[in-house]
Amino acid sequence: MIRALLAAAYVVFALVPTARADDALDLRLRHLESGLRCLVCQNQTLAESDADLAADLRLEVRKLALAGKSDDEIRDYLVARYGDFVLYDPPLKPVTWLLWFGPFVLLAAGTVTWIVVGRSRRRATPGVKAEFEVAARNLLAGAAASPAGAAPAGVGQAETDSGDAARQPLDG
Amino acid sequence: MTLKSLRWLIPIAVFAVIAAFLYAGLFRDPREVPSPLIGKPAPAFSLAELHAPDRRLSPSDMRGQVWLLNVWASWCVSCREEHPLLVALAKTGIVPIVGLDYKDKPGDGRAWLTDNGNPYRTSVMDSDGRTGIDWGVYGVPETYVVDRAGIIRYKQIGPLTEQTLKQTILPLVRRLQAS
Repeated sequence: MIRALLAAAYVVFALVPTARADDALDLRLRHLESGLRCLVCQNQTLAESDADLAADLRLEVRKLALAGKSDDEIRDYLVARYGDFVLYDPPLKPVTWLLWFGPFVLLAAGTVTWIVVGRSRRRATPGVKAEFEVAARNLLAGAAASPAGAAPAGVGQAETDSGDAARQPLDG
Repeated sequence: MTLKSLRWLIPIAVFAVIAAFLYAGLFRDPREVPSPLIGKPAPAFSLAELHAPDRRLSPSDMRGQVWLLNVWASWCVSCREEHPLLVALAKTGIVPIVGLDYKDKPGDGRAWLTDNGNPYRTSVMDSDGRTGIDWGVYGVPETYVVDRAGIIRYKQIGPLTEQTLKQTILPLVRRLQAS
């Protein structure tokens, strides 16, 4: 009985480390393949594609990994054959500058436009307001001259008309 | 008419540029991935010949002449489409064509050539697709133009058409042969 248990334990402990090493490799390859594009179904990664070629390439990637190649070396191996297109993360080089920096250039251009337009608008507003200000001052001066101005009931017909005319721009 | 009064043109111009790019994009095939192997030496292989498995062919055997490598397979549907063109091209004798029988059973490949005609000087067997990976093959058929020095000059992805053959491949072959 004890012997059987020991034998079982031996088998289990003998198996566990290799299983772990395999898991680690699987995990590493899965991570690596998730960043690689399948050439056949171009919107799938190498990890998730069912295409024949993807299976072949996964096998190739595993062979390279088992031969001790690093992730970068494996990526270079595929890029040499299929081009940068296999990388979901395109490398930074003169041809891809527009791709990498284009959005930031657009963002900067948008921000500059926004600021310039905002400024010219703010500068334009006081000019319009000056007319209103004069009208408002006139109105206030008129109201101050007539003590009844505060009480609408006491305001005469003619005065109300001119008052309304003066008030109009204020509403607008 | 000041510059300021033309400001309304800016959004229209931006729109026109974007529209031009998108319009051009309509006529580009996203499946055609430019090969990094153009201008590079043809990847080496030494593969058994389809009709004489005890003999092997390698790209260095073709050194000194301009040649085509055509990737085909008996299971490949669009290969049937381009095959008559290859047979006709082989008859002219302008350029030797080497076939790469990609991930195929030798018996199937031989039978297919018997049925459809054999335009190839030699076909070699890439049963496990390893050589295909080295050449960056990702869809059959594909056709490569290799120059005298063994440099890949052109890659056609998908079936050859009369147009690509007459307008691109044959002029290129003649130019390479003349140089």
